[in-house]
Amino acid sequence: MNLLASIRVALTALRINALRSSLAMLGVIIGVASVIVLVSISEGTKQAVEAQIASFGANLLIVRPGASIFGGRRGAGGTGTPVTDADAEAIRDQVSGIDGVSGEVNAMGLSVVFGGVNWSTRITGVNPSFFGIRDWTIEEGRAFSVEEEQSARRLAVVGQTIIDEVFDGASPVGQSLRIGGQQFEVIGTVAAKGETSFGSDQDDIVFAPLSTVRQRFGASETPTVRDPVQTIYVAVGDGENTDRIIADIQDLLRIRRDIQPGADDDFSVASLAEFIRARNETESQLGLLLAVGAGIVLLVGGIGIMNIMLVSVTERTREIGLRLAVGARASDIRNQFLIESIVLCVTGGLVGLVVGVGGTIAYANVGELEISVNPGIVAVAIGASAFVGVFFGLYPAHRAARLNPIEALRFE
Amino acid sequence: MTALIECRNLVKTYSMGDMTIRALDGVSLAIEAGEYVAIMGSSGSGKSTLMNLLGALDRPTSGLLRVAGEDLGTLGPEAVARFRNRTIGFVFQQFNLLPRTSAAENVALPLVYGGVAHAERRERALARLEQLGLGERTDHHPSQLSGGQQQRVAIARALVNDPQILLADEPTGALDSKTSEDIMAIFDQLNREGITIILVTHEQEVADHARRQIVFRDGRVLEDRT
Ligand SMILES: Nc1ncnc2c1ncn2[C@@H]1O[C@H](COP(=O)(O)OP(=O)(O)OP(=O)(O)O)[C@@H](O)[C@H]1O
Ligand SMILES: [Mg+2]
Repeated sequence: MNLLASIRVALTALRINALRSSLAMLGVIIGVASVIVLVSISEGTKQAVEAQIASFGANLLIVRPGASIFGGRRGAGGTGTPVTDADAEAIRDQVSGIDGVSGEVNAMGLSVVFGGVNWSTRITGVNPSFFGIRDWTIEEGRAFSVEEEQSARRLAVVGQTIIDEVFDGASPVGQSLRIGGQQFEVIGTVAAKGETSFGSDQDDIVFAPLSTVRQRFGASETPTVRDPVQTIYVAVGDGENTDRIIADIQDLLRIRRDIQPGADDDFSVASLAEFIRARNETESQLGLLLAVGAGIVLLVGGIGIMNIMLVSVTERTREIGLRLAVGARASDIRNQFLIESIVLCVTGGLVGLVVGVGGTIAYANVGELEISVNPGIVAVAIGASAFVGVFFGLYPAHRAARLNPIEALRFE
Repeated sequence: MTALIECRNLVKTYSMGDMTIRALDGVSLAIEAGEYVAIMGSSGSGKSTLMNLLGALDRPTSGLLRVAGEDLGTLGPEAVARFRNRTIGFVFQQFNLLPRTSAAENVALPLVYGGVAHAERRERALARLEQLGLGERTDHHPSQLSGGQQQRVAIARALVNDPQILLADEPTGALDSKTSEDIMAIFDQLNREGITIILVTHEQEVADHARRQIVFRDGRVLEDRT
């Protein structure tokens, strides 16, 4: 008997018991649907993380004072003796394989006034190379130059949220803006980046020359250290060894900060991408746990299939006897029940696929989580359910094929 | 020329626990092609056991059993399936039709395992149903047919692959006497057309249709009269 005929026989048998068949499928439907929802969510999260890393600037190193930016291990990050402009310059001049270095200082909660609008935002002081390092694109106008930065000119480059909220969407370039009571000239704008995965608005920002922010707003000023910065960003060159560069920066700073051999670093050099990936590791472990849960649902679904197939074999014992009596081989009987089990599971898998994709899309619409429906999951759904069909159908099919025709025909 | 069916000293035993039942206890018989045989005997005398052996549904414990040139004692599983499919048509007391399946599909079932293409299967099934006077009932399910009609569907199924031998174990056992007569008329006609028929019955009127009557008792041939 050929495959097509077997499938037709299987479909007929399933149609005859439509209600029971659909109930038996339920476990597989739920299992496959939950696998798909979970795969889509974890795919989406992964893509969101990578997008976030890219938006921060790939291959970015963060140098900060304090033992570690991996919060809480040895005191809070960012505390302790600050790093300085001089440190940034030393890194730029003495470490090879880097594309750019910029310090950063922040002044939070300053009010920005233009016309009648008063807006509270964050003023970030940076070196001109910062824009390239952190992947901020100048959309209109220009960034400030090195000379302008060094001479502490009151120039500003504003983010999209500032344009929308303070300038009412109109071009701000050339306008004069009051920041913390001082007059600044807006010389450029940066392209929007949107929200971080933490939900903070990256575009609610005003960039100004580093020395200007330090002098005018006293950001990060301490009496003991000259020209401090909160953070130094280092862009690793394409194809360069990140670990080697981290080690070089650590060696350099240990000398500059006069740390004795054997003593711990009082600063940290970390790769931002690694940091974000590490933070999301917990999430992907949770995803794995949920996937195991979905696998268990599928397993239970498979046991349901096995149960219903065993019932079906028992119920159709006389039919099996008759088929054997008119010339079916044991393998024909086994294939018939195996195909029935596979058809049952794959039908369940397809329904589960529709439910899963529908559920994922609905979830994406209401929820805030990123999702990604990958075409590959169609293969996953069919593959997983066919596997369940074979695995849990094998034993009932084997039982059916082993029946003796006379006893089967006499079965009540 | 050897007979179509030849048994020599045929024994079939069943063991139940430590008890052994000799269902057939040394049966020797020869049946020629074209014969019309009725097998009779009291309940438990081994009639069904013999039929099952003849149809290769079971294997003899010892002795020789040769049917249509095949030694049924040693036939492999593939050949057994083929033998059941091609050489034998079986008719049962309980009809054994597939429920919720049309008459035509029931009749075509042996052809499915004989590797016959779909369209030809239906054609041949319809022809057999027509021959048995069920041309109007081809799409009916067994539950929509009377007992006699169901048995006719079962006979059509037994005949669909043009077997040499028709084996019928109490084919009229579940039917009233009027319907039994109709079924027997069909058997008579089939035998006239050349099919070898062996049927088991408890009823003398049914057995009288056959030209040879074999009576069993305790697993042995008690009487064999023509
Ligand atoms: N599978 C089996 N296991 C054990 N004993 C069996 C089995 N099949 C048949 N027998 C025994 O073999 C003997 C012959 O049985 P068989 O079915 O051939 O009788 P029969 O002549 O067809 O009887 P009936 O007219 O009631 O149908 C009986 O004693 C029966 O109990
Ligand atoms: Mg019997």
